[in-house]
Amino acid sequence: MKNFTHKKTYHPYISPLDPCPPIRTKTYSTPPHLYMGFQPENLEQFNPREALQAGTLWKAFYDPYYGPKEKGRGPNE
Amino acid sequence: MWIYEKKLQYPVKVRECNPRLAKYLIEQYGGADGELAAALRYLNQRYTIPDKVIGLLTDIGTEEFAHLEMIATMIYKLTKDATPEQLKAAGIEDHYVNHDNALFYQNAAGVPFTASYIQAKGDPIADLYEDIAAEEKARATYQWIIDMSDDPDLNDGLRFLREREIVHSQRFREAVELLKDERDRKKIF
Repeated sequence: MKNFTHKKTYHPYISPLDPCPPIRTKTYSTPPHLYMGFQPENLEQFNPREALQAGTLWKAFYDPYYGPKEKGRGPNE
Repeated sequence: MWIYEKKLQYPVKVRECNPRLAKYLIEQYGGADGELAAALRYLNQRYTIPDKVIGLLTDIGTEEFAHLEMIATMIYKLTKDATPEQLKAAGIEDHYVNHDNALFYQNAAGVPFTASYIQAKGDPIADLYEDIAAEEKARATYQWIIDMSDDPDLNDGLRFLREREIVHSQRFREAVELLKDERDRKKIF
């Protein structure tokens, strides 16, 4: 799938009477497990040290989240 | 029975004294979708769920206590040695008046923990769907805390915890698949 991302966007209605400066694009997270079903066999693994740091043994489930004050370093940013 | 390992599941580092972040984090401590609620929910559901997913609930429920311990450490470090003035500036002077620097099972708005956060419907599918929802809600809560935080060391720990929510949600989804499995039967639909 090209252009696949774990961050989706939508554009809410902006009223001319909205008091706050409008946020035109809203984003939400759609992590990889939503698309997985039963975990398939023989998925690629992190080595043990990387796995302890990532929080998962499986590369397919790795989806780090970075806040607006951080520089995004994740594969899904 | 449990065996306790005297170390954290993931190292907790905090860069600076920041009571305001502690105020946000308490949501994951004693909030409706926090780690305490998660641990108690899963460990309690084990008695009325089919055998093949009891072990999963034991494992995940146990891990939630390890997460609770990490959250407690984060809150403790963020408020340790903070002066009453600093706590007041962070908007948690009412907590200080009641509890000093002690941790308390409450949410970010100061509402005490209650068992009504935890459902146990007795229906395996209903209960597992609640567990999946709880994991996604906890994942979202971690996102909003990361959004509010400018502490890179703290965020590193929070990212780990968010990733665990993803894995737990995956395992609960697989548990649902196990319980509705049709593989053993003759397929005549």
